[in-house]
Amino acid sequence: MAASAKRRRGWRKRLGALARFTGALVIVGGLYSVFSPSLYAQEPDDTANAVDSEVVKGQELYDTSCISCHGDNGEGIDGRGPSLIGVGSASVEFQVNTGRMPLAAQGAQAPAGQPSFTEEEAEWLGAYVEYLGGGSSVPDDLAAMVEDADSAAGGDLYRVNCSSCHGYAGGGGALSSGAHAPSLDGVTDEELYQAMLTGPQNMPVFADNQLTPEEKADLIAYVQYIVNDDKDPGGVFSLGRFGPSTEGLAIFLVGITSLLLATLWIAGKS
Amino acid sequence: MKRRKGTSESLMTKAGGELDDRFKLAGPARVLMNKVFPDHWSFLLGEIALFSFILLLLTGTFLALFFEPSMTHVVYEGSYVPLQGVGMSAAYESTLNLSFEVRGGLVMRQMHHWSSLLFMAAILVHMLRIFFTGAFRAPRELNWVIGIVMFWIGFFNGFTGYSLPDDGLSGTGLRIAEGMTESVPFIGPWASAALFGGAFPGDSVISLFYILHVFVLPLALLALITVHVGLVFVQKHTQWPGPGRTEHNVVGFRMFPNYIMKQVGFMLLIWGVIAAMGGLFQINPVWLFGPYEASVVSSGSQPDFYVMFLDGLIRLFPAWEFRVPPYFTLPAVFWPGVVGMGLSVLLPLAYPLLERRFVKDRAHHNLLQRPRDVPGRTGLGVMVVVFWLIAVITGGNDVFAETFHISLNAMTWAGRIGIVVLPIIAYYLTYRICLGLQQHDREVLAHGLETGILMRDPEGRFYEVHQPLAEPDEHGHTELEYSGAVVPKKMNRIGALEPTDRGFFKSIEEPDPNGSGNGSRAVGGERRDEIEAGKKH
Repeated sequence: MAASAKRRRGWRKRLGALARFTGALVIVGGLYSVFSPSLYAQEPDDTANAVDSEVVKGQELYDTSCISCHGDNGEGIDGRGPSLIGVGSASVEFQVNTGRMPLAAQGAQAPAGQPSFTEEEAEWLGAYVEYLGGGSSVPDDLAAMVEDADSAAGGDLYRVNCSSCHGYAGGGGALSSGAHAPSLDGVTDEELYQAMLTGPQNMPVFADNQLTPEEKADLIAYVQYIVNDDKDPGGVFSLGRFGPSTEGLAIFLVGITSLLLATLWIAGKS
Repeated sequence: MKRRKGTSESLMTKAGGELDDRFKLAGPARVLMNKVFPDHWSFLLGEIALFSFILLLLTGTFLALFFEPSMTHVVYEGSYVPLQGVGMSAAYESTLNLSFEVRGGLVMRQMHHWSSLLFMAAILVHMLRIFFTGAFRAPRELNWVIGIVMFWIGFFNGFTGYSLPDDGLSGTGLRIAEGMTESVPFIGPWASAALFGGAFPGDSVISLFYILHVFVLPLALLALITVHVGLVFVQKHTQWPGPGRTEHNVVGFRMFPNYIMKQVGFMLLIWGVIAAMGGLFQINPVWLFGPYEASVVSSGSQPDFYVMFLDGLIRLFPAWEFRVPPYFTLPAVFWPGVVGMGLSVLLPLAYPLLERRFVKDRAHHNLLQRPRDVPGRTGLGVMVVVFWLIAVITGGNDVFAETFHISLNAMTWAGRIGIVVLPIIAYYLTYRICLGLQQHDREVLAHGLETGILMRDPEGRFYEVHQPLAEPDEHGHTELEYSGAVVPKKMNRIGALEPTDRGFFKSIEEPDPNGSGNGSRAVGGERRDEIEAGKKH
C-alpha cells in the first residue's frame, strides 16, 4: 500500500505544479499584454489604423517574398541582399513596380520585368519598409510639377547627368561586367523620380541637394518628350536611335545589298 | 568641214553637223561611242561610288545654302521645343533650322548623309573586287593607288562633314581626333593648337572644316575621279578570262547605245535607293544630341562606320603608356590611333609593289584572276577583312553588348584575342577552300561533269555517270587545260558564256516546244563586239 499512497501523492503534486504554472503564465501574460506597447492593441484612430493595416499587410508580403534575402525586419543578409533600413518607400515601389524585385537569381544586375505585385501591394511593402527605418518618398504633386516643368532646362541636365549611361536618346547603354543602364522607354514619371532619388542597381543617387525636386521634374519632362513626343521626324525607321553603328549596318544591309542585286540585274541585260 | 549632200536631213543629223562644224566633235565622239566595255556585275561597283558622289555634290549644294559655319554663340528660338532657350553655336542652330524649318531640308540632309555612307561603302566593296581579282596588277598600279588615296580623302571629307553640325555626338568625335593629334610625339600639342586655334574646342574649327568639306576635299576627289575614270578608258577595262578573250582584246558592249543606257539606268536606280533611304531611315538625329559641350559624352557614341575600325582599335589596345618622367609621355592612343591609321594608309598603297616584288611578276595583265587561283592573296585579303570586321564591331561594342546582353568586358577581351587569332585562322581556311575549289575545277576537267545519274553494273557496283567535257581517252579521262575561266559544274552550263540565260529571277526564254536543241541559249544568240587592242577605232 505504501507504494500506491506514494504514487497518489506524486500525482497530486504534479497536478498542483501544473495549476501553479498555468496561473503564473496567465498572470505574466496578462501583465505583459497590459504594459507592453502593441501593434494590435492601440486605441482606435482612423488614419493611424489605415497606415498600420498597410504596414501589417506589407509585413505579410515581406515575410513571404523578401525575407529570404533581405532578412528579418529588413536587416539584410550578407552575400544575399542589402539592409532595407532607411531606403524608404520610393526605392521599394521602384524596384517592385518595375519587376526588378523580387529577384529570381543573383546576377550582374536585377533585370526589369513583369511585376510580381500590384501597385497597391507595392505600396504596402513600401509602407512596411518605411515603418522599419524611414527614407525618401516621391512628392504627392509630382504630376503637377512635371506639368509646369521646363523641358529645355531638363535637356541640359539630362545631357550632363544621364546621357553618359542612358545615351542621348534614352535608349540605354552598356556598363562594365554585364551591368547596363536600361532604356527609358515606357518608364513612368514616378519611376523616373524614384530612380533618381534612390539610385537603384548601378545608378548613382541624385539626392535633392544635387538635383532639386523641380530639376528632377524638368528632367522627367525632357525624358518623356524625347521618348514619347519626339516622333522620329527623320523617317519610318529610327534604326533604334543607336546612331552610326546601326546606320552603318543599314547602309550595307539595305543600300549595298539592293544595289548589288541591281548590278546582277543590269549586267544580265543586253 | 562641209556637210555632204545626199545624207539624211533629220534634225539630229543637222544638229550634229552644226556642232561638228564648230567644235570638231565627230572624231572623239566616234571613238568614245564605239568604246567597248566588258560586261560583268562586279564591274559596276565603282559606279555606285561615282554616282553617289554626284548626288553628294547636288545635295551638298542645297545644304550649303542654309548652313552657317560659325561657332558664334546664339540662343535657339526655333520650333523644336526641348531646345528652346538653350545656348548653342550658330552652326548647330542652322542645322536644326535646316531640319525643322527649311522645306525639304531634313530629307536633303538625310540623303546627303546616306549617300556619303553609300559612297564609302561602295568604295570598300569596289576595292575588294579589285583586290581579289588582281585588277591592280601592272599596268594599273597607279589607278589602285589613286583609289586608295580617294578612300582616305573620302574618309576625311566624311569626318569633317560629320563634325560640321557641332552637335554633342560630332563634338565627341572631334575630341577623339584632338586626343589622337596630341598623342603624336613632340609636335602633337602644337598641331592640335593649330587645328583648333588654341585650346579645344576653340571657336575656329568649324569654319576651317567647312572650307575643307565643301571645297578643298571635294575638289581633290573630283580631280582624282577624273583621272581614275580616264585611266580606265586609256588602259581599257580588265575582263574575265574565257573563250575568245585574251590579254590583247576587250569583249563586251559598245559605249553607245548599250553601255550608256545601262549606266544612266543604274545612276537613276542608285539615286532612287538613296532617296528612299533618306525618306525612310532616320539618320543622325542631331536634335537628340544637343549642342556640343566638352563635359557631355553620351554612351553609345560612335563615328560613321568607315571611321569605326579606328575607334575599335583604340578600344582594344591595352593602356600601355611610355614615360620618361618628367619630360615625355607617349600615350597609348598613339599606337592604334596614329600608327594604326598610318599603316592602314601605307600598306594598301604599297601592296601592288610588294606583290610584284614577292611574286616576281613583271608582265602586263588585262585578264582578271579568279580568287581561288591565287590562294595566298585571297587568304591575305580575307585576313584583312576579318581584322577590319573585328575592329568595326569593337568600335560599337557597347551597343553590341547592350543589345545582345553580353558583358562589355567580355566583348573587349574577345576582341583582343580575336583580332590576333581569327585572321590567322581565316587565312588558313581561305587558303584550303581555294585549293579545294581549284581541285574540283581540275577534277571536272579531267573526269567530266557529275550528271546525278546513278547506274548499277552487273557486279552490283554503283557508280555515277560523268559527262566528259571533251573526247575522253581509253581511261575515260580528258586532257583539258585549266584556262582561269569558269568551269561548268552543271549540265546546262556547258558551252555557255555568261550571261547564259536572259531574265533575272526566272528565265524569260521559253524552251523549244519540240525539245530539239537549245541554240537560243548559247552565246551565239548575243551580239558581241570585239576590238583588237592597238587597232584604230
